[in-house]
Amino acid sequence: MLHSVLVANRGEIAARVVGTCQRLGIETILACSDADLDSLPARLADRTVRIGPAPPAGSYLNTDAVVAAAVAVGAEAIHPGYGFLSENPRLAHACDAAGLVFIGPPAAQLEMAGDKLAARAEAAAAGIPVLAGGAVGSAAEAESLAQQIGWPVLVKAAAGGGGRGLRRVRTPGELAPAAGQATAEARAAFGDPRIYLERFVSHARHIEVQLLGDGDRVIHLGERDCSVQRRYQKVVEEAPAPHLDPRLRAAILDAAVAFGTRLRYRGLGTVEFLVDTDGGAFFFLEMNARIQVEHPVTEAVSGLDLVAEQIAMAEGRPLRLVPEEVTLTGHAIECRINAEDWRAGLPGPGTITRAAFPAGPGIRVDTGIQAGSVVPPYYDPLLAKLIACGADRPGAVSRLRRALGRCEIAGVETNLPLHRGLAREPEFIAGGVTTGFLGRYLGRAASDGAAAAARQSRPGMAAAHE
Amino acid sequence: MTISNEDVQDILRLLDTLPFSELTLETSRFTLRLQRAADGGWSQETQVLSRPVAAAVPAAAVGPVPAVPAAAASPAPAGAPTAGSTHADASRTQDVRAPLPGTFYRAPQPGAPPYVEVGSQVDADTVVAIIETMKLMNPVYAGATGTVSEICLDDGQFAEQDAVLMRIGAQAG
Repeated sequence: MLHSVLVANRGEIAARVVGTCQRLGIETILACSDADLDSLPARLADRTVRIGPAPPAGSYLNTDAVVAAAVAVGAEAIHPGYGFLSENPRLAHACDAAGLVFIGPPAAQLEMAGDKLAARAEAAAAGIPVLAGGAVGSAAEAESLAQQIGWPVLVKAAAGGGGRGLRRVRTPGELAPAAGQATAEARAAFGDPRIYLERFVSHARHIEVQLLGDGDRVIHLGERDCSVQRRYQKVVEEAPAPHLDPRLRAAILDAAVAFGTRLRYRGLGTVEFLVDTDGGAFFFLEMNARIQVEHPVTEAVSGLDLVAEQIAMAEGRPLRLVPEEVTLTGHAIECRINAEDWRAGLPGPGTITRAAFPAGPGIRVDTGIQAGSVVPPYYDPLLAKLIACGADRPGAVSRLRRALGRCEIAGVETNLPLHRGLAREPEFIAGGVTTGFLGRYLGRAASDGAAAAARQSRPGMAAAHE
Repeated sequence: MTISNEDVQDILRLLDTLPFSELTLETSRFTLRLQRAADGGWSQETQVLSRPVAAAVPAAAVGPVPAVPAAAASPAPAGAPTAGSTHADASRTQDVRAPLPGTFYRAPQPGAPPYVEVGSQVDADTVVAIIETMKLMNPVYAGATGTVSEICLDDGQFAEQDAVLMRIGAQAG
């Protein structure tokens, strides 16, 4: 039984983890960079400890600083949240060495899941379909493999994931520069320049399965649909996946459990798949060995607290759930509310002057901001997540639409207008969109915006939004 | 410690039985303002007033805590000239500024040659650097035709918005 946890993260997920710990009677110490010493999660945590300067390389990505802080304040465990060090085996190893509990899977499982090429090989060995592709060591190799796969291809970073270090390449001429850019992103984020290629599926849905394992048994907690993406960054997620053929759903859930069981997975994790809507086939993408941003939609339909389950697994307890006891009811949709110029897709740091959120039955808001909060430029732009649920998908969509109308964030530009537009978009309301949907929607929004701006004789501004 | 989502739901259940459309709750730790919107739903504004409590860290532990990599430990102020660089005549140069705050990269990948060096010929559309902001890689364009006369930041250094990254000497003749 843990008594104190160092939360090594920031923003909404730090506030989220602090909340569950407080409910469980676990003391929380929040590790903060200089930019976050007075943040909302810092005020919510029982205590705070400074771990370094604002740029994440010196603070949230600094394993030594995080572990030293946990030891200094007498914490028994570290919860890494998502991003930053959450999937870094070095932190798990350092926790072992310092006698701290790492709230996540064992280091060896992080290593396997973090190496996307190794995970791809494991999936194939488990009999799970993977996309045509493989590792490439040189431009010539990339060229010849791409010719075999057929254009377009995706260039991915072996140490990447979550949409980073990922490029779509349409023609042979674009391949070398794209590989260079993908390598740069991988270097900046992970210090591992290896890349691989995969077939690009033009009509695809992104479907992922929530797993929970205790090292012996692995169960699934249903799937999520995360197809509403922009540049491979998720914007809206939901559970369950709408209009998914029941046999395909069952096959995907089985594949995820087979993958987790093969790893003897311990902790909370997600297996991501791509569903080719042209052929009805599914393919393994990657495993994320941590809590995900979109976990609240699974919590909404399962009634579980996934952070509490993570803590129980880290304490070495056996799974307290059997598949028959996991009942998934209703439908939940999450909107990621970001500080950004959503038309241009540019992040927009600043200071929050007002933050009002909807409240009431079937509505949940996870946030790390309040009036007066500073949104620093150093980190990702997520301000809040709005989760609406209903007895069925139409109920969830209509609750979401009304709830979005009661969200008011001032001081920074946000993508709330985008979410309000999506909640009224017939294709989204119908459900089951592919990953190309949001790009098309934004294209239409840009030309509508240009037309509106032309009416106000401000064509120059609209052109900048394309 | 503040009011939880469950607490708010309980308060709303109570409010729904009462003829009020607004509630403001002020304590020394937080304020909670609930308002009934035009559509009948509730909106919530919470302000946590408690100040963060810094954990007492034993003196012995203070030493190893900021084990910051040397490169990230003490970034020079954004825009500060790199040691050894020469100040170009400002009247004849054009500044290349950071379009967003973020990390400044001079090359597309590790080990690759930088986009430009002092002395490189550029035109307005030449990509001279990358600024990584909130996970996005943004190319930086020279914005002017001429010769790179100064590179003001080191690779990997953090640049504030509008910080001068480079200076371009105006094209002769």
